[in-house]
Amino acid sequence: MNLFDYVRPATLGEALGAAAHPGAAVLAGGTNLVDLMKAGVARPERIVDISRLPGLSEIETLEDGAIRIGALVGNAALARHPAVKAAAPAVAEAVLAGASAQLRNKASVGGNLLQATRCAYFGDPASACNRRVPGSGCDAKGGDRRGHAVLGWSDACSATNPSDLLVPLAALGAVVEIAGQDGTREVPVAEFHTLPGADGDAGGPQLRHGEIVTAVRLPADAARFAAASRYVKVRERTSFAFALVSAAAALDIEDGTIRAARLALGGVAARPWRAAEAEAALTGKAPDAAAFQAAAEAAMAQARPSAEDNAFKIALALRVAVRALTLAAKGTPERMPALPASVFAPTLSAPSPSAPSFQGTAR
Amino acid sequence: MPLTLHLTVNGEAHRVDLTDPRPTLLDVLRERIGLTGTKKGCDRGQCGACTVLLDGQRVNSCLVLAASADGAEVTTIEGLSADGALHPVQAAFIENDAFQCGFCTPGQVMSAVGLLAEGETGGDPERIREGMSGNLCRCAAYPGITAAVMDAFARMEAAEGERADDRARTEDRARQGEPA
Ligand SMILES: Cc1cc2nc3c(=O)[nH]c(=O)nc-3n(C[C@H](O)[C@H](O)[C@H](O)COP(=O)(O)OP(=O)(O)OC[C@H]3O[C@@H](n4cnc5c(N)ncnc54)[C@H](O)[C@@H]3O)c2cc1C
Ligand code: SF4
Ligand code: FES
Ligand code: FES
Repeated sequence: MNLFDYVRPATLGEALGAAAHPGAAVLAGGTNLVDLMKAGVARPERIVDISRLPGLSEIETLEDGAIRIGALVGNAALARHPAVKAAAPAVAEAVLAGASAQLRNKASVGGNLLQATRCAYFGDPASACNRRVPGSGCDAKGGDRRGHAVLGWSDACSATNPSDLLVPLAALGAVVEIAGQDGTREVPVAEFHTLPGADGDAGGPQLRHGEIVTAVRLPADAARFAAASRYVKVRERTSFAFALVSAAAALDIEDGTIRAARLALGGVAARPWRAAEAEAALTGKAPDAAAFQAAAEAAMAQARPSAEDNAFKIALALRVAVRALTLAAKGTPERMPALPASVFAPTLSAPSPSAPSFQGTAR
Repeated sequence: MPLTLHLTVNGEAHRVDLTDPRPTLLDVLRERIGLTGTKKGCDRGQCGACTVLLDGQRVNSCLVLAASADGAEVTTIEGLSADGALHPVQAAFIENDAFQCGFCTPGQVMSAVGLLAEGETGGDPERIREGMSGNLCRCAAYPGITAAVMDAFARMEAAEGERADDRARTEDRARQGEPA
């Protein structure tokens, strides 16, 4: 880890001033930044610890019914919040399907939004990487790209965004609130990360140096989907793994007809992939298998593998989208499933406490 | 840049002078305060061996910049037993053979204490397994660990029940005008 200055400003204004320093990085929960600093991927000259700034740790319901989630709200606190569970249950399910309980306790909403890709070459300072050093090349090409993007990638970069939380937030039309020294601005979650372009442009978060995310706002409209919302995440092991592919589906069904639909996919692109074509295809249809299949196909129409061995992600994404829509149509479960977002039903039998053990037999 | 940290660890106040802001909470606990019960496995948030309670919540101490924890209350494995009596989770781990080499155990125990305080799993083994998935065990003592957490939950419920009964009896006696 390189040496850095550590500052802990008392107000947002002071923090914006400190973060404007050219080598500065802001620290919230630290679960991503400290990790990247250990790897030598992030080498800040100054750490601006914003974790105690006042006014950024609240979840409030605004007059128009929107829910404003402060950037420093913990991931675990977000998933437990009654207003979030009631209005946007897929958000709670997605958070609980990510990382581990320990990480969720420390991780913040703003940090989750800004967490870096998990592309292995990005995480290795010895590799060329356009995302880490623009224009340096991409060592993932010809390397291991099994988990890489199948939508919106370019020759410059094929990495995926690793966040679970962002997938339902993008589906539900959430907006990022940003503060800078010149004032505030807003960017939709679904567009916050730009897609890679040409000539070594890997894209990245739309945050100018020195800006601080203050909140994420869920529109009041999200609540119309509360009764039929799910997040589904397929990973390489049952728990504590990043998504291969995930999907957030939310339906507003009345008298057997879909009045409105929201669908976003995770693990397939450099940002949570809001599937507007699929949403349009579902509107006015009966919530049945044919409609869900057609919607999934619309969502993946432009998909193409970024490597020889990741075409499977297209087939998987079609199935994950259909599964998420099917589960959403069955209704949001009353209680959070034991395995949030999992495609597996709880099946393993319980070990019996105090079963005969070495101690038991020796005594 | 010198920094002074104030930490309350297992109820005891500590002042730690840092000449450099880089150490993690894990390193300060182990190298500066001398509490080596908290283990360093991966040092990257992936194994859970370094789990401690930070202001009552379980976290990976390897990813906490010590400077950012200034003023916090920390509970480590060394702070669980009271007056020589094992914490119910520790007792349940022994009773249920929930370890082999023991390297992951302090983290497992601290994580289980955090999980039971969160109060969201009850005695459901599937919810316990999911809630403990941030703690890896290279010896694969998972069945014993799940059994131990279920057992600890039952012990703590029973103890809570007894305390409630005691309170009820005391209130009854008070109502009947008897000395408590
Ligand atoms: C082993 C492991 C497994 C994981 N698994 C998953 C998973 O399955 N799913 C998942 O979604 N995530 C997963 N994560 C990632 C985890 O969710 C993130 O590390 C966490 O959300 C980051 O939040 P933080 O507050 O700790 O961020 P920090 O580490 O403090 O910051 C991360 C980045 O965001 C910037 N930042 C933070 N807050 C702000 C702000 N308010 N304004 C501007 N910039 C800001 C920082 O400068 C930094 O660049 C995993 C992490 C680990 C270590
Ligand atoms: S795929 Fe993107 S993140 Fe990975 S090495 Fe290439 S440029 Fe970097
Ligand atoms: S040492 Fe902290 S999680 Fe492995
Ligand atoms: S007991 Fe050996 S790692 Fe868990």
